[in-house]
Amino acid sequence: MNVLAWLIPVSLFLGGLGLVGFVWTLRSSQYEDPDGDSQRILSDDWDDQPRP
Amino acid sequence: MSYSACPACAVAPSAQDIAQSQVALQGDILLSLPTVHCAGCISAVERKLTSMPGVTSARVNLSLKRVAVATKTALSIEDLIAALAAVGYPAHELDSTALSVGAADKAARSILFRLGISGFAMMNVMLLSVAIWSGAEAATRDMFHWISAAIALPVITWAAQPFFQNAWTALRTGHLNMDVPISLAILLAGGMSLFEVLNGGEHAYFDAALSLTFFLLAGRYLDQRTRRAARSAAEELTALEVPRVVQLTPDGEVVVPLSGIAVGDTVLVRPGARIPVDGVVSKGESEVDRALLTGETLPVAIATGTIVSAGEVNLTGPFELTVHAAGRDSSLARMADLVTIAEGAKNRYSSLADRAAQIYAPGVHLLAFFAFIGWLYASGGDVRLALNIAVAVLIITCPCALGLAVPAVVTAASGNLFRKGLLVKNATALERLAEIDCVVFDKTGTLTDGDVVPGTLDGLTPEHQSLALALASQSDHPLAQALTKALNTLGVAPVMLTDISEAPGKGVEAKHLGHRVALGRAEWLGATAGDSTATWLQVDDGTVIQIPFSDHLRPDAIDTISALQSSGLPVVLLSGDNTTAVKSAALELGISDWHAQMRPEDKAQKLSELSEAGHKVLMVGDGLNDTVALAVAHVSVSPASALDAARVASDIVLLGNRLGAISDARAIARSARKRILENFAIAAGYNAIAIPVALLGFASPLAAALAMSTSSISVSLNALRLRSAGQGDKK
Repeated sequence: MNVLAWLIPVSLFLGGLGLVGFVWTLRSSQYEDPDGDSQRILSDDWDDQPRP
Repeated sequence: MSYSACPACAVAPSAQDIAQSQVALQGDILLSLPTVHCAGCISAVERKLTSMPGVTSARVNLSLKRVAVATKTALSIEDLIAALAAVGYPAHELDSTALSVGAADKAARSILFRLGISGFAMMNVMLLSVAIWSGAEAATRDMFHWISAAIALPVITWAAQPFFQNAWTALRTGHLNMDVPISLAILLAGGMSLFEVLNGGEHAYFDAALSLTFFLLAGRYLDQRTRRAARSAAEELTALEVPRVVQLTPDGEVVVPLSGIAVGDTVLVRPGARIPVDGVVSKGESEVDRALLTGETLPVAIATGTIVSAGEVNLTGPFELTVHAAGRDSSLARMADLVTIAEGAKNRYSSLADRAAQIYAPGVHLLAFFAFIGWLYASGGDVRLALNIAVAVLIITCPCALGLAVPAVVTAASGNLFRKGLLVKNATALERLAEIDCVVFDKTGTLTDGDVVPGTLDGLTPEHQSLALALASQSDHPLAQALTKALNTLGVAPVMLTDISEAPGKGVEAKHLGHRVALGRAEWLGATAGDSTATWLQVDDGTVIQIPFSDHLRPDAIDTISALQSSGLPVVLLSGDNTTAVKSAALELGISDWHAQMRPEDKAQKLSELSEAGHKVLMVGDGLNDTVALAVAHVSVSPASALDAARVASDIVLLGNRLGAISDARAIARSARKRILENFAIAAGYNAIAIPVALLGFASPLAAALAMSTSSISVSLNALRLRSAGQGDKK
């Protein structure tokens, strides 16, 4: 069971990565316009070049 | 809701902010785009705006139906609106400060953040708990407990703060709300588990404390999101009206914000504009439309010395006005005071959730207390065991499902209603709407769409019709415009006129083949006016012909009224208009209970009588004269075209032109109420099974976690059934 000493910190670290990811999405306003984001993926406006 | 506490205050500051902002802006501009709905719309709007010189970026928010435009040079909002209209999207100016975008976003973000953190913590602690439930022992169990404690305690302290704050506020005023048992359960579960862990105990409820926090925050988040959408749309309506006033000073005309006007100032009111302040006409003649204030459809002639009030619309000629009351003293503000008093009465309505909490909270606390005493006695003084069982009872009975039961249903129902064109502004409006047993309508602007149509044109010969069209097309007066429209649809060709001139407040006159011809008020043309709306045509030989007008009913007014009546609701018509007009409208609509020439106080009085007789009344109205009645009614609806004071006083705003949405709304409100009660029943059912188990001391953390999750999920699923309710049927 000594492997637990490694596995628990590892799992907490991975979970923490997910948490940091969530905080990042929140900070960068990704929950402001859920309807719009689901539609924007259908638009082909900037398919050939990145948006300036 | 603070929004409806004082209509004047809620409207006035934003209006001032808008008035102070200049027409040309640099920086962020917010425009409302009511018609965007797809990916194509997004790219069309953004492409058009970014192609305009001076625009650095434009981003559409489809959820809120807005576009934010960043500009680097001063750009007039009118240009942007015109550009969008050219690609087919009507746009309205919004004031970003009036919309208090920042505050609402911050609150939503804060709840989402707490929800995310508690969700993360719950998952990790659950994972550790699974190991304990499957039989971890001694040192392993203690270690897992310690890790759980390290994750859970700080998260609970921080994430559950909204509940602690609410509970504290309630307790301080001597009340019990749902947050009191919630906070107690979370705190006791955390504290008790910590004590157990310190003493190497077997049971720790960290997972339960965290999942409680998580599920309840989910309920709060839904609640908050619904209200944010409703509030932002309601504020958009307010922001659409920008009160700027043309003040006449010795140096000429100056455009000033409404708040800058003092008693004694002179103000110029142009045709088509709403009169901004109460005052006396000091120069000029015109006609004013008082429909929003009194419900009269007939325009009233004004001349020097006539007293006019804020809210009336100037129709024909420009006139000057000496202000004798502005701001807090104006008739508009006095009306708002009456509304505030009436609102106070309405706020005493206690929602289903409140009523449930009032029974529930003391019951749960008593139950836990008796469990503690009982086990203390049965075990011969084992405080730790008794406390453990008491905490288990509190956790199992914690109103997790109850906390989700109402917001989940209200969110689903409001979303459904929004798609049908109804904006639910007040949190308890749906519940109240489900209880109504009587409907009161206003006429002007509510059942009629505010326009008038010429009655019969058969009395006019084709020559007279051509003459009437030629004269009517020269005027901006609503009667003249309605006549123009009607004659144009008949395919009439206008005759040639010379020496055309418009006499403000009187009518239009001209020369036709050397004879004087005119269209206008009866007195001006030497005829006697009747008591119904009409205009008069003087033809070449000097005879004067009456052209009667009638109110134009909204397209589905008759259907809506008969649908309401056939579902067993008595319908009453209260109008400030004259008896003839109200009688003919009531006959056409099939309403037998109608009252004409009602002053605002009469309407409110009538509604109080109805509610004293035990009726729960739905009031539908749009004018300033309805405002008090709207606030007195059990629940109220106003169309989006209503005056802002009326919209603020009402609980539900009708966004489209369809009155039929009202009967839809009632059906949805009734099924929402049914779902809420079902959800309470589901939650009570779980408790009925779980409480005896907990009381007997068999509740393990595993049982608590299972009971909580299943009841929360089944309650949410039940609420989701409302999302598509009423989609299939027509009415």
